[in-house]
Amino acid sequence: MNPLRKKRLLIIVAILAGVGIAVTLALSALQENINLFYTPTQIASGEAPHDTRIRAGGMVEKGSLQRSADSLDVTFVVTDFNKSVTITYRGILPDLFREGQGIVALGKLNADGVVVADEVLAKHDEKYMPPEVTKALKDTGALKESIQSAPGASQPAKQG
Amino acid sequence: MNTSAKAKSGISWAWFHKLGSPKWFYGISGRLVPWLSVAAALLIGIGVVWGLAFAPPDYQQGNSFRIIYIHVPSAMLAQSCYVMLAVCGVVGLVWKMKMADVALQCAAPIGAWMTALALVTGAIWGKPTWGSWWVWDARLTSMLILLFLYFGLIALGNAITNRDSAAKACAVLAIVGVVNIPIIKYSVQWWSTLHQGATFSLTEKPAMPAEMWLPLLFTALGFYCFFGAVLLLRMRLEVLKRESRASWVKEEVLKSLGHVSSQPTSRKGAGQ
Repeated sequence: MNPLRKKRLLIIVAILAGVGIAVTLALSALQENINLFYTPTQIASGEAPHDTRIRAGGMVEKGSLQRSADSLDVTFVVTDFNKSVTITYRGILPDLFREGQGIVALGKLNADGVVVADEVLAKHDEKYMPPEVTKALKDTGALKESIQSAPGASQPAKQG
Repeated sequence: MNTSAKAKSGISWAWFHKLGSPKWFYGISGRLVPWLSVAAALLIGIGVVWGLAFAPPDYQQGNSFRIIYIHVPSAMLAQSCYVMLAVCGVVGLVWKMKMADVALQCAAPIGAWMTALALVTGAIWGKPTWGSWWVWDARLTSMLILLFLYFGLIALGNAITNRDSAAKACAVLAIVGVVNIPIIKYSVQWWSTLHQGATFSLTEKPAMPAEMWLPLLFTALGFYCFFGAVLLLRMRLEVLKRESRASWVKEEVLKSLGHVSSQPTSRKGAGQ
């Protein structure tokens, strides 16, 4: 490679490194704003603002879902296996909403530390399985383990 | 043109410098296109039929997960295509190779279409599974920025009339924009997003059984072959346009016109 080309290549590498560092700094400064949701731990420690629209994310705790008998009101508890937060919602939940599943709720945090949601989004993980496999796993009792440990524990904990 | 460099670095770089010759490119690409087209048609055909009709449904999402067989390949290709543009930009700026600019200009619209396809299939997938067409999470937003980068490249290439200045400007934009690619790739790990992590990676076992990921492998490879075939076709046309004054182009065009019309008008195809 002749000296002129080497020089041009070096300039390009320098520009790329500069832009890369600038973007890295900008993104790390915006870290809080880029995160899609607050984890229950962040809400419990008071990081989430009150009375503005926030997103709260985590796993729906087993056995916490309570449906109202005469309306579409639902109440459930979302956890990141460290802290948990109660969410109330009126409306139809997405198909993938179920206990033990990750969700993101959009709504306001009230004074009692309850998120009053007006939208609930279901989060699914990158693992796909045919139904027969799930059934087989359920029969042997292995699925409960995998659901508990794989998407649930790893994701909110890692992202929090 | 590059005789001094050729002599210095020896035979190993010969293929690289050959790539810079439009005539050599035109010859070799003509032979590659049919193979790539057939491979693309076969791979995408098999992958789509297998994925849509025969692969098992997902235990949670049912049949709606099948859009993965279009969504993932298009998203992979959209990102790879941008990396290719950046490499072309470096080659164009450092080695001043004209073919690099041809490749950059011809690949940008394909990449833009792939990004758009990934975004649209993602929205269609998101509605039934997440409950929302669009969420401003890091993965979706960075992918949208990629689409705008492609639009910027296409607009910049067409806005500047001087070919050399346009090539330089596009190369710089392509190189700077490549910073976005790792952001897209790792967005699901760096920030909390609604989008799930990667199902496919080169180092780990796929997080799905073989009868689910094999069709995905087929469509992904098929998309790459399709990209190669379309890119080469577009580049061949662009080469003919740019080199329209060269004698070999006139010969090529006359030869291809030979069995279409027998009129000996040498200006017909060789002009703009």
